[in-house]
Amino acid sequence: MAEGVKPRVKVPKTASAGETITIKTLISHQMESGQRKDDDGNTIPRSIINRFVVDFNGENVIDVKMEPAISTNPFFEFEATVPETGDFKFTWYDDDGSVYEETQTVTVG
Amino acid sequence: MELNRRKMLVLGTAGAAVTAFGALPAFASATEDAIAKFTGGADVGEGGVELTAPEIAENGNTVPIEVSAPGAVAISVFADGNPTPAVATFKFGPLAASQFAATRIRLAGTQDVIAVAEMQDGSFKKASANIKVTIGGCGG
Repeated sequence: MAEGVKPRVKVPKTASAGETITIKTLISHQMESGQRKDDDGNTIPRSIINRFVVDFNGENVIDVKMEPAISTNPFFEFEATVPETGDFKFTWYDDDGSVYEETQTVTVG
Repeated sequence: MELNRRKMLVLGTAGAAVTAFGALPAFASATEDAIAKFTGGADVGEGGVELTAPEIAENGNTVPIEVSAPGAVAISVFADGNPTPAVATFKFGPLAASQFAATRIRLAGTQDVIAVAEMQDGSFKKASANIKVTIGGCGG
């Protein structure tokens, strides 16, 4: 169902220990709400990303439960603490069972 | 006016109909149900939560909103004029630097958007904002 899904994340490459960083994420996805009808009047079935999770070195940063009211190409902005060098892992869960992942490394110098 | 039996019947029926409609749940109750599901029926206080949203959104397909509630463990957002009121629930983990999140949502029309935050002590706080939508975002 969902073709061309492309996750994009914006994370600073370096940070100082304990620094607060702002992370922006966007994933291209049509987020079909299940409310629209096609030209023949048939309801287009719902197909959305229903969950978005961000972890840093295995510790949770944010866990978002998404409903059809989230716009096409879901965008999220939030703030995270970076205690040490490590990886931010972003995971999106699709209604159709697909899982999209993206990893970004932040170096504490 | 002479009140004969027929007129009395008509009046009575009309009265009963009005009463029946009054007893029906109000239109916003789907939102209240959704909020009650999130809070578990607990009382929801005011203050402590900030919901930033535009006063007028030209396009209901992407309305930028921001929620912030210092000390919250989770924030849930509801749109009371949408076919399904739930919008999103943000849960903050140990590495969240602040209880802040921004996203873009769909709104079917002019309506109130409500943010409900669950605080660390288990209490609930809410904030709401009225957003005027020029073009609805649910594909009418």
